[in-house]
Parts: sequence; structure tokens; C-alpha cells
Amino acid sequence: MQATAVVNGREPMTVVARSFSVKNDYRAYSSMPPHHLARKNNGLVNGLVKSTKVPRPIVKSRNQLKERVTLVLPDKAKEGADEEQQSHLTYVGNESMPITTELKIVLPEDDVPRGTWPVFRMMDESGRFRRSDAAAPGNSDASTFNNLPEMYDLSQLRSSLISRHPHFAAEFESSELLRPSRNDYPDTRSTNTLLRAHRQMIRLRKMDTILHNAQRQGRISFYMTAHGEEAIHIGSGSALKRQDVILAQYREAGLLMWRGFTLEQFCNQCFSNDLDLGKGRQMPVHYGSRALNYQTISSPLGTQITQAVGAAYKFKLDALANPEKEAAIAIVYFGDGAASTVDFHSGCNFAATLKTPMIFFCRNNGYAISTPVKDQYAGDGIISRAPGYGMAGIRVDGNDVFAVHAAVAEARKLALRTSAPVMIEAMTYRSGHHSTSDDSSRYRDTDEVRRATDVSDPIVRLDRFLKGMGWMDDSAVASIEDEERVAVLRAMEGAEARPKPRLDAMFTDVYHEKPPHLVRQEEELRLHLKRHSIPYH
Amino acid sequence: MILRSAAMSSSSSRSALSALLRRNALGRRQRRRHLPAVPLPLPLPLVLRSHSSAAAASSGSAWQPRRLEERRDRPRDCDYDHDHDRDRRPPIADEPDYDTLGPTSRLNLFTAINSAMRTAMRTDPSAIVFGEDVGFGGVFRCSQDLLEEFGRDRVFNTPLSENGIAGMAVGYASAGGTAIAEIQFADYIFPAFDQIVNEMAKFRFRSGNQWNCGGVTLRTPCGAVGHGALYHSQSPEAYLAHTPGIVVVMPRGPRCAKGLLLSSIRSKDPVVFLEPKILYRSAVEEVPDADYEIPLGKAEIVRTGSDVTIVGWGAQLRTLQATCDLAAREGVSCELIDLRTILPWDSECVVSSVRKTGKLIVSHEAPLTCGFGAEVVATLQQECFFHLEAPIQRVCGYDTPFGLVFEQFYLPDEKKNLDAIRRVMDYSK
Repeated sequence: MQATAVVNGREPMTVVARSFSVKNDYRAYSSMPPHHLARKNNGLVNGLVKSTKVPRPIVKSRNQLKERVTLVLPDKAKEGADEEQQSHLTYVGNESMPITTELKIVLPEDDVPRGTWPVFRMMDESGRFRRSDAAAPGNSDASTFNNLPEMYDLSQLRSSLISRHPHFAAEFESSELLRPSRNDYPDTRSTNTLLRAHRQMIRLRKMDTILHNAQRQGRISFYMTAHGEEAIHIGSGSALKRQDVILAQYREAGLLMWRGFTLEQFCNQCFSNDLDLGKGRQMPVHYGSRALNYQTISSPLGTQITQAVGAAYKFKLDALANPEKEAAIAIVYFGDGAASTVDFHSGCNFAATLKTPMIFFCRNNGYAISTPVKDQYAGDGIISRAPGYGMAGIRVDGNDVFAVHAAVAEARKLALRTSAPVMIEAMTYRSGHHSTSDDSSRYRDTDEVRRATDVSDPIVRLDRFLKGMGWMDDSAVASIEDEERVAVLRAMEGAEARPKPRLDAMFTDVYHEKPPHLVRQEEELRLHLKRHSIPYH
Repeated sequence: MILRSAAMSSSSSRSALSALLRRNALGRRQRRRHLPAVPLPLPLPLVLRSHSSAAAASSGSAWQPRRLEERRDRPRDCDYDHDHDRDRRPPIADEPDYDTLGPTSRLNLFTAINSAMRTAMRTDPSAIVFGEDVGFGGVFRCSQDLLEEFGRDRVFNTPLSENGIAGMAVGYASAGGTAIAEIQFADYIFPAFDQIVNEMAKFRFRSGNQWNCGGVTLRTPCGAVGHGALYHSQSPEAYLAHTPGIVVVMPRGPRCAKGLLLSSIRSKDPVVFLEPKILYRSAVEEVPDADYEIPLGKAEIVRTGSDVTIVGWGAQLRTLQATCDLAAREGVSCELIDLRTILPWDSECVVSSVRKTGKLIVSHEAPLTCGFGAEVVATLQQECFFHLEAPIQRVCGYDTPFGLVFEQFYLPDEKKNLDAIRRVMDYSK
């Protein structure tokens, strides 16, 4: 056990992690993506529909995970109100960052935080809101609810949270997550934003798992999961306005989901069928939607960063021309790896000098494919660069959906008020592989992954909160998971059954109008297909 | 070179020398800004020319570029379109009729570019002009006085980063605006290649026509200028032309430039607009004051002829025009075609001409291998195989970097082109 912990020359893992390594029997059923298991089981690939010797963990692992959660939590629960809340966030490579409950965006004129930038967090891994930094230990904040808010009543929940955690009053007050929508959400047929957020995080996880497996079965060519980063997608997506344009990297499908992209649309893209908005041209996960103001993904890293500056500049001029119109920002997402690209530097420098209203959102998930952050940069993450550009910035716990939401909402306001960029660095962990072409068990410690999936996982955390409040129990969560799993499978089967796009789509949209040489080339191809009786429509 | 000559002039002062060395140590980008400071009557940034005129005057000039003298002696006027055979040229669809466009002004290339940008900005409130040093008018003066008319929000400097400029242009256009961005020299467009090739060119296609960046026009000065050497002389049109999704344009003179630039700015496709910097000051034409557009993707027959077809673009047209005159003295009638748009190029125009003449010469400044001439030749041999009476000739730059003192030997000048004409004519004797 101890030996496991010091493998790879690492420091011994935290207490929590060690308590896991005792339970070796759970390893085979960990909640890690199935491919891990496949590797561990003589290379047998786990089947989604066809059963193999490998256990199918899609639902099962979830249940097991919950068992494990209950195994861990009692230790903490025993300590109850006197428990010392976590003071530091442990990051990849055992880096630790102080946790703060103060939502403070460091402005360019402010003093830069001493040492490591603190991480803004509202909710602990236990699913309880933190007591204020200033409060003495043993305060009642960490204890469970005495008067539970009426089931599913968001307004009551908000006011009860405000009264219990006055240091987060502003965050709760302005949180869209705690505000029912005016009309029913089309996908959940309810106005409950928080429960929709919870469900969408699960939906995203299910979609990722199932489509990942579909790739393993050869049904789609490629896939990338967002395992472990769901809180970033849903937390930030819910804090943005529809007029804000999103320029994402490729691991931000949840933002599109939050804006209303349906499972059918996701699957149509991944299966490159005739309903794919991208007309079957791009690899899976390269989603985009003009209607949802989400620019189409491109594979090259970082290129969206400088583009976001241009879009934000347009919004800035629009705001000057029409001050009464609702102002918009551009938000650009990128990873810790993309922050090393030339576009990151150019983009930050342009945005700060040209004063464009936008958010630079870094998902620091610890890895760029196999390269851990220690090989990516030597400074204090990405956020420490913001002051150098003359840019405001804040570091946030990316696995805390409330903190991400609050930080983005605040950053959005600041960006509009000052007409200037704000950088957010969300600390998270890529619990899945980089893509289906990657096997992360070759370069990282499974204990590290396990810690992320079991302890700091964003869905687990929100589950714990909702359960603590009495809004959810194991069976409710399990039935949501089941519903979503079925919905994804249905969408996938529908998408798979549809025909491929017409051949026209190969030559159109290269230019606004098809130039003569493309007309000729298309004719040539059609003749060729005809001559050799190659079927196509 | 500047360094050496300036150092010689300030023979006594050791500190002046060390100051110069310090300047030299500022880094590539800083240095290159001082590089075009050789005192020659060429289209150089005004401020830079005044910068080192004293140093250059006393340099004792051991280097006499014959080629430059020749260029200086050439008539400044480059009025191709009023040639005697204008009526014999086949009409081009959508081509403006200059006779009906109203009053004209005598403009050189940079003022014609300036006029086009001004016209575009007056007619399109979302049009912005930006790039390195654009605010004060640009190092080649193309954006002069635009800031005064349109304000700092619409005409502005950016930090020194070409990929940033291109990326910003793409983003601005994606949000519905018209971005007229300047890359200070085509030699420095390469850091922006990722944005051009992977983003700009594919923006519409990859999104299934949901998103586009057709509002982008990337202007950049290219080509030999007499003393630009490796990094102020290149013509990267062939690199760009290998990229489906963008339009690549190169004008041959002021009037052509204004119409083409206005079309480029208003085009629904992203355009890279290459401006031959040698022409900025040296080419002068009567340019209509009106707002007019020249269609993209259409070549123009600049001079009709029956013996040889000669194809070129940009500043090379001036050389080829002179070549045609030399050939005429030998009794050879040349048909001269300006491609104007490199991508998508007007193969139809060239094919029909070669079917008539049976002989083709393609000439460009850029290196021979994989230059855009190769594309023209490959298409023409396929389309006109049985019409060809002689092997197609390419008269191009050599496959070497652009050596400073060797420019006169490097360039595909009139004599090299005349030799090519003689070679193809020999076949049909």
C-alpha cells in the first residue's frame, strides 16, 4: 500500500488516496473509462452491447463508486462539524494550492498574490459549502442542513443557502444555477436550473462514455471525452448569455449541451450523417452551431484564442455604436497545453492592449495528451501570466460547479464594465484519455486518476450536495443515469441509421460560390464514380 | 550593410559604433525595420528614409546596382489599359468600364490602395484597418490619414505579431465585421500561416457554411524592391495558392489595385492581397475617383498578340510589357496576360490564348520550383497539348534565397524573357 503510493518517485498520496489503495478489490471496477479496464484485462476491449469477459462498468461502476463514496465519507462525517476543511487543493504532481472562499478577481493594478495563486472554491469535495476563510474552525457551515429547503424549490434553496453561508451571499444571489428559468427547459421540461445542471453533467458523462465505447467498437472514427471536467462546461455555460460567442477548443461539448444542442445533434456529428451541421466534413467532436453562437471547433490548438480577440473587438465596436443593445463578450476555452502556443501569447497581448471584452478560460486539466503540466510550464500555472499582460485574473476550482459559475459570471461583468479581458484558470483533472487514440495508463499513475474520479470528481461532488440536501438519493441518481444512458443510446442508434451526406457537400462551401475549377473537379469525380460503378448519391 | 556604412561615417566616435551595435542587437524584428533605410528612390517608408540619409550619403557606395538604375530610368507611368489594341481584347464579364467611371486622379500604388480602403470604410461602417504601424499611416503610407478620418477604434496599431493579426482578422470577420489587416511584409506572413491555412481558408467549409470569415482581407507588400535581400523581397503567392478556401490576388498597378482591393474587401471569401512594393511609388496611373470593383478570378489580356502567350502577375507585368516591346522590334507579336487573381486562377483565359498562339511563357519573381508557374504549365500542357508548337518556358527566380547584391541576376528580367521568346519562336521556324 505504501509501496504503491511512492511508485514513480512521488510523495506518499494523501490520506484519502491511501484509504483507497487498501481496497484493491475495487480496482477492477473503478469508475475510470472502460478502456483502462480493457488494458488491464489482457487487452480485451470492453463492449457496449456485446458482452465480453470484461465487466461492463457503465452503470455498475457508478453504483460501486457510490459504495466507495460511502466508505470514505463516514470518516469525514465522523469528524462532523469539527472537521478541519481542506486548506489546499492537491494538483497533478502533488502541487498544492491554497483554497480561498473569496471571489476576488485580481485586477491589473492590484498586487499579485504572494506565492501560489489561491484557488477559489465554494463547495468542498464533501459536497458542503465551505465556511469563510476568516471563520474559526468548527463553525456550523460544514454541518448538514437542519431545515432542508422544500424539495426542488430553488428560491427557497437560495435564501436558505444565503442565510447559512453569508460569505457567499453575493455569489448565491447572482447565481443563475439557483434561479429557476422563466420557461421550462426543453430538455428537462422543468424550470429547475440546478437540477438541469446536475442532469446535464450526468448526460455529458453518459454521452462521453457511450460514444467513447462506440469508437472502440469501430462505429465512429474518433472521440474525446470530457470526463472530470463537466463542472467547467455546465458551470460556465450557465453563467453566460446567449449573445456571448463561445470559441472552444474541443473538450467543451457541455457548453453546447447547455445551450440546447441535442443528443441527436451530437450523435449526428459523430456519425457524420446527412443531418450533421458540419456536413460530414470534420472528425467527431468538432461540433459547432451558429444558432447557439458556438463557433465550429478546429483541431489546431490555440488558434481560437486570437480569433476570440477579433470577435470581442467586434462586440466592443457594436457596443459603442448601439449602447442600448445587450452587450456581448467572447469567451475562449483552451487547455494548459494550448497556453504554450503562440496564439495564447498573441491573443492575451492583443486583448489586453486593444481592451476587448472577453474571458480567457483555461481548463488546466493536468495533461496535454501525455505531457504533464510540469513539462509544460515552470511558473505558477497559467493564471500567474495574467498580470504580466496587464490582464485581470482569477483561479478557480474547476470541479466546483458553483465556483466556476460564480467566477465566470463575475468575470463577465468585469469584462463588460471595464471593456477588458479577464483570465480564468480552472483547476481540474482530465480523468479520461486525451482521445480514443490515446491510452493514458501508459504515462500516468492509476492512483492519481482514481483520486480524481472518486474524490474530486465534479459530478460526485454535486451528487453529494444534492443528497445532503435531500433532493436526491442513490436511486434518484441511478434513474437519471439510466434515463440518460437510454437517451444517448437511442440518439446514437438513430444517428447511425441515417445516410451519409450527399457528395455535393464535398465541393461546396470551400468558397462562397463554387469556382470553375471546383465545378470541373466535381464533374471529374462523378464521372469516375460512374465509370467504375461506385455507388454514391 | 547599414551598420557598416554608418560606422565608417562616424569614424571617430567609438560610442556611436557601440550604439549602432546595440541597435543591431535589438533582435530580428527591430532590425528589419531599419533595413529598408538605404537611400534609393524606391517606395520606402518616408520616416525610415530620412532616418539614415546622412549615414548613407557618406557611405561612398562601393555597390552600384545596375538593375536599380535601369528601373529608375523606366517611365513611371504604367498605363497598360490604354494600349492601342484595347478594342481587340475579349470583353471580361463585370469588368468596369473606365470611360464611364467619371473623373480620375493620378495616383501611385500606395495612394490607390489608400483610396480603396477609404472608399471601403466609408461604405461599410464595420470595416476596420489594423496591423503593425498602421495607425500613423503604415510604413508604406498605405493607411495614411485614415485614422484622422475614421478614428482610433477603426484604424489602429496592433502588437507585433503576424499570427495575432491574422487570427484577430478571422475572429472579427466571424462576428460579421469587415477586417482589412496588414502584414507589414509578405516575408513575415509565415507566422500567420496557421491562421491562414488552417483557419481562414477552412472556416466556412468546416462549419458546414454556418460560420464564415469572408470579411477578411489580408494585405501585404511583396516582391523585389532593389535592396530587400532575403527577407524583404519574397513573393509567397505559391505557398498561399496551395490552400483551397482563400483567394490570392496580386495587382499590377494602381488602377487595377483599387478595383481589385475593393472587390477583395467586399468578397464573401477571405482574400490575401499581395501588393508589389516596388510599385508603391514607381507606378503611376490615372485612377478613377469612383467606387469600382474588378471581378476576382478573372485574368486580363493586357496586350493582344498572335505569336506567343506570356503570362505573369504583379510587378512582373512591367518587365513583361517591356519584353513585349523588345519582341515587337524583332517582329514577334506577344499576347500578354495578367492573371490578377492567383487563386482561383482563370485558366480559361490562358487556355484560349495558347490555343491561338501555340506558345506559352510563364514568368514570375518567385523561385522556379513549385512556383505558381508550374501550376499554369501543368494545366496548359493538359488542355493545349495538340496546340503547342514549342515547349512551355518558365522564366522565374532561381531556387536560391534572395541574395542582396545578386538581385539583378536573380530577377527574371526582360533579357531572360526575350531569350525565352526567341527559344519558342525557333521551334516554329
